[in-house]
This record gives sequence, C-alpha cells and structure tokens, in this order.
Amino acid sequence: MVQTLIEMMSHAFIQRAMLVGTLVSLCAALLGVSLVLKRYSMIGDGLSHVGFGVLTVATALGVSSPLYIAIPIVTITAIVLLRIGNNSKIKSDSSIALISSSALAIGVAITSVTTGMNTDVCNFMFGSILAMSKGDVVLSVVVSIIVALLFIIYYRKLFTVTFDEDFAKASGLKAGRYTNLIAVLTALVIVVGMRMMGVMLISSIIIFPALTSMLLFKSFKKVIISSGIISVLSFLIGIYLSYLYNISTGATIVIVNLVIFILFFIIDKIINE
Amino acid sequence: MNLIQIKDVSFNYPTKKDTLKHVSFDVKKGTFTCIVGENGSGKSTLLKCILNLNKGYTGEIIKPERIGYLPQKNFIQSNFPASIEEVVLSGTIGNNIKSIFYKKEDKETAKKVMKELEIYDIRKTCFADLSGGQQQRVLIARALCATDEIIILDEPTNGLDPSISIQIYELLDALKNNDNITILMVSHDIERATTYADEVIELEDGEIKFIGTPSSFKQGGAK
Repeated sequence: MVQTLIEMMSHAFIQRAMLVGTLVSLCAALLGVSLVLKRYSMIGDGLSHVGFGVLTVATALGVSSPLYIAIPIVTITAIVLLRIGNNSKIKSDSSIALISSSALAIGVAITSVTTGMNTDVCNFMFGSILAMSKGDVVLSVVVSIIVALLFIIYYRKLFTVTFDEDFAKASGLKAGRYTNLIAVLTALVIVVGMRMMGVMLISSIIIFPALTSMLLFKSFKKVIISSGIISVLSFLIGIYLSYLYNISTGATIVIVNLVIFILFFIIDKIINE
Repeated sequence: MNLIQIKDVSFNYPTKKDTLKHVSFDVKKGTFTCIVGENGSGKSTLLKCILNLNKGYTGEIIKPERIGYLPQKNFIQSNFPASIEEVVLSGTIGNNIKSIFYKKEDKETAKKVMKELEIYDIRKTCFADLSGGQQQRVLIARALCATDEIIILDEPTNGLDPSISIQIYELLDALKNNDNITILMVSHDIERATTYADEVIELEDGEIKFIGTPSSFKQGGAK
C-alpha cells in the first residue's frame, strides 16, 4: 500500500488533484451543513448543471479558460435561487429543478450541434482529475482559501441566522446578507469542484458529510468539524481507490461517502437501541 | 417610566390592508404586559414592528436599543444540531456585532443566564431533544442574553401542556420581580395571561379594543 501511495504521489497531476480536492472537499462540507439545514440540499445539483451549460457554451465559443465565465454566472444563479425563498409563486425546490434541467438541456443541445459527446464533455459530466490545468489549480486553491476564511469569520453569525432568522434580524443582523454569502460561497465551491467531481456528482460532496455527521453529532460545532473530517477523508480514500482500481474519481468519492453514511447510520441505531 | 412608547402606529402588508390601525400605548418599565386577541388581529404584526422586522410602518415607536426576542416556535427545525449552550450564546450576538468570535463577557452572560434558568447543567444537550417547555426555557435564556431590560415573546406557551404553561408564566413573573425585567408578550391564553399580567391590551382587526388592568378586562369580558 505504501508503495502504491508513493508511486501515486509521484504524478504531478495527482499532487494537484490532492491539493485541490482536499480544499474543495473541506469547503463543500462546511457550507453543506448550512445548506442542508436551510433545506437547500439540491442547490448544488442545480448550480452544477448551470455550470455545465455555461462550460459547454464557452467551449463552443472557443473561450480558453471557461472557469472565469462560469464563476460569475453560477454565482448570480445561486443568489437568485437562495433569495427566491418560499414566498414566490414558484417554490424554491421547483425553481431549482427548473433551472437545473434547463441548463443541462441547453448544454447537451449545444454539445450535439458542436463537438458531439466527446471526452471533454464526458469529463464535465463525470469529472476527471486529469482535466485540471495549472491555472485551474491556482484558481481553485485561492477560491477555497477565501471560502474557508469567510466561513470562519462569519461562523457565529451564520449559526445564528441558520438557527433562527427572525431572532437574528431582531438582533440587528442583516440576515439577507448572510444568505447571499452562503449562495456566493456555494457557487464558488461548485464551480471549482466541478472539474474534478463532475457535474452529476458534485452536489453529493456538499450533502453527504453534513447528513452523515448529523446522524451522530448534536451540536453545530461538532457537526461542522465532523463534516470537514469526513469529507476530506472520503476524498483521500476515494482518490486512492480510484487510482488503484482505475475507477472514475468522482464516483469513487461518492461511494466512499455513502459507505461512511451507512456506517454512521448503523452506529446511530446501535447506540439508540 | 415608559420603556416603550407606541405612537399612532399603522401598518399594511402588501396583500392585506389595515393590519394595524392607529395603535398607541406605552409599556412601563418593570411591568408584565399581555397583548391578546383573535388570530389575524395584528398581534404578531405589532411585535414585528417594534422589533424592526416589519419595515415601513407609519407613526413612531420609541424603544430601548437592545430587546430580547422569543419568536413563535415553529420557525426552528426539529432536527437542528445545536447544543443549549450554542443557542443561548447566540443571544449575545447583537452585543458585539462586529467581532468575529464571542467575547469573554458574552460567555459570562450566557453562563449566568443558564444558571439562573437552571439549564447550565444540561448545557451540552441538543436543543432538538428537549421537551417543548425546556425549549422555551432555552429560548427565554437566549432572549435574556440580548438584554437586561425587556423581553418580547410571541405566544411562548403555544402547544404546551397547561402545567408547563404555568411554569413558563411563573418564570416570566419571577424575572419581572427579581431582575426587574419588563415583559411584553402576545398570548392566546386569555385566562392565564390575565392572571399574571399587570396590563392587558386587546387587539381586534388591527385596532385597540381594550387597554387596562386584568380585573377590568375580566369585567368587560363578562358583559
């Protein structure tokens, strides 16, 4: 095993993937707790599909670094989706589904008339650790660090707003501002994580660690810490197994997450018997 | 001394006109005031105007800067992972809004309040695992972390057993008597509200129908 690890780490592309993956997994898990509690589990799915649509359009137009276009567009979508809330005519879960499938459809349609379903498109859909250029890596690292820092700086405010928005507002917090913050951070994590995890699977690294942690831990802080650890651990185990058995990286990471979830589920049942 | 002065306040929701019509009253320091009335009479709307949650009312509201608030309970999710300590501590957020972490004095305040309300020994327990009455106790503790002057409560005994409701009223009464905390609450429960309150305000269709002592309210109600 040690030898495989050493051999694995000797590849530059694996080193890049390790760096970006660890940071993105951590950020996704931090935000995931707030998103799951606010019942926005599916927003990751919707945003990644929008990201896919933008990437295909950008690629068709011959843009050299499509990530720079994807970030602002996905961010705006995220704010719109989170701000819609449940007060408007179309409920937020339906609006996510609406935007999600539309963006995917546009992406697929554009792909059909331009390049066809080639490897690039497959990589967008299911992720590839080979897909990341040096520029992507730098962007991903910078974005992840910003997300993690903002999360720590606004931690207690995010807790207060997530737990009880009315109380937070009565205490003088601008609750809408923190909803926007979560939206923007989520969009950033989705866009930078999408290349590696793939459009179809990125949302799972947002939801799984939070749900798994909530099975066993009963304080916000513990759930956050546990989510971060589970997410990074799942990523590392996933990328190792994916290298060893030559399975798609994104899929392996999701399966590892699933296994940990089932483990926690069983432990929870045993404890509560 | 008047802690809160409501002067000729009117408010409309975009979809509902005349939710509040020319409401005026004062809340004296160290008193227990109950606002009663039917559903849709404007009780909660009035509280939200006082708390700045409803913007765009007309008239004037004079109030202290820091108010402890206990919202209607249904806003909080049943599976939310949060310890009692985390919930109570979050009540101090308005005291040092700019700071990144909780300050030492915030933690001291939270500790003092939790001890007073006898929830300090169970502070690591998950909020969601508590009974309804205990949850309200925690939320009252959170409100007390925001202020030592006045707490505003929106139907705190809704959905609680009668015996537990009495405990909540007893607790509020004790806070008023021992710590000189002003209590302003909205309630459905006219019988108990009139037992503990110093002043009763009855709203009907956004207007004040009655304002005065519980005994004169009961006489009026018997007519």
